[in-house]
Amino acid sequence: MRGGMPWSATMIRFENVGLRYGGGPEVLRDIQVKVDAGSFHFLTGPSGAGKSSLLKLIYMSERPSRGLISLFDREISALPRRELPPLRRRIGVIFQDFRLIDHLSTFDNVALPLRVAGESEAKIKDSVTELLTWVGLADRIQSRPPTLSGGQQQRVAIARAVIGRPSLLLADEPTGNVDDEMALRLLRLLEEMNRLGTTVIVATHNQHLATRMSQPRLHLEAGQISLIPFEKAAP
Amino acid sequence: MIGTRRFDIPFARDGSVRFLPWLIALMVYLAGLALAGMLLLNTALGDWDRGLAGVMTVELPPDTDSATVQPVLALLQATPGVTAARLLPRAEVAKLVEPWLGDSAAVAQLALPRLIDVRIDPSHRPDIPSLRAKLVAAEPGAMLDDARLRFDRLFDLGRSVEFTALAVVVLIGAAAILTTIFTTRAGLAVHQNVIEILHILGAHDRYIARQFARQALGLGLRGGLVGLALAVVTLAAIGHAADVAAIFGPGLRLVPSFMPLPWQWAVLAILPIAAAAIAHFTALATVSRALARLP
Repeated sequence: MRGGMPWSATMIRFENVGLRYGGGPEVLRDIQVKVDAGSFHFLTGPSGAGKSSLLKLIYMSERPSRGLISLFDREISALPRRELPPLRRRIGVIFQDFRLIDHLSTFDNVALPLRVAGESEAKIKDSVTELLTWVGLADRIQSRPPTLSGGQQQRVAIARAVIGRPSLLLADEPTGNVDDEMALRLLRLLEEMNRLGTTVIVATHNQHLATRMSQPRLHLEAGQISLIPFEKAAP
Repeated sequence: MIGTRRFDIPFARDGSVRFLPWLIALMVYLAGLALAGMLLLNTALGDWDRGLAGVMTVELPPDTDSATVQPVLALLQATPGVTAARLLPRAEVAKLVEPWLGDSAAVAQLALPRLIDVRIDPSHRPDIPSLRAKLVAAEPGAMLDDARLRFDRLFDLGRSVEFTALAVVVLIGAAAILTTIFTTRAGLAVHQNVIEILHILGAHDRYIARQFARQALGLGLRGGLVGLALAVVTLAAIGHAADVAAIFGPGLRLVPSFMPLPWQWAVLAILPIAAAAIAHFTALATVSRALARLP
């Protein structure tokens, strides 16, 4: 699977991966997939197909019940907990419900990835202020998330996801809470980040939106995954 | 100022945060009273011990005349470890029984024993059995009263009370640890969502554990200071009440005034620091262990 970048080093590899929660049925079965560095993929499928679960396996919030997962050339299925944070810092995640921390200001929410990484406050101040200005939130730097509009919260969530310059950007239904125009603008932004070298995976149940973009799709259905390459519509 | 957050985790919305300082305050208050009682008893026992360690009394029959007393005095003064020996005048002996018998003329008619007040060097006490034998040899009716031996059991009782007070302080410390563990576990459950976000953003377990520990340190210190202040006020009130009661008669002073020595103040001042340290390290260990069990 290739995206828009000229190299093909594998960033994510799933081999016979299965996932079940507790004693329940497998929500993912025998997943075999490779995602190249620098690629852009949509992750589509109906609600409940396991898109969020697949992303959780990538950002290491869940461990697979079976199979092997390789990320950044590390086998992560059974990696000790203490070795997970440095890998997680190379991943940016945008959630559908943003998952901002309500009692923290816009500045502090965006600063979190740098703070947990132990960056100096001087660097944090410069980087966060610059990014918030870039996303048009310079005047809401001290605002708490509950006082922001949905679009503003989304921009804060995006800023938090990219502040650490991640190699891999995961977006879980990022267009779920915004109108189509805002959704397209967000996807164009993610494409721009992909052009700058970031590997991007966008999970969405909105296949119509996905087909409007010139990117391949990973389609999940009934716990199994398939690749649907991008095909230009007939003239 | 741009970076204004104190904690990434919203502890202010956590109900346990409101209860923990008061629970710690109550524990430090009880520990303060127990410790103050122990220190007071320790001081009193020490004073008493020092007083008794340097004093003995030789009792002679009431009809003993001066000629008989002189050899006994000479014997005592020649004994190693005895620093002074003085025969108490009969009037002084009568004064000693005055609190019980009054000062009527009838007391003067009583056959009160002759008493020799003996002062000894506490660090070089004389050989008591040997001295007793020599006294009996010199005057068959002589009796040596070593108050220290008589009060040994009372000292043992005092030490037991001291030990019990110390055990109470230790138990209160254990209760503080358990309280902090349960409060911290409740906090972990309440803030599970934020903790998950911090993990996803790349936070180490110790980054999260430190936030809980720092929060517990502040709450423990605040509660500890309140508890200590209340304990000091209570002790002062008890001491004042005792002083007032003593105005109406010496026998009405049930407890002595609590006037701690500088080192005793220092011991009491350690309580809120100890409470804060217990809360800090307990929270740190509790969170670290809980997070280590996550997948």
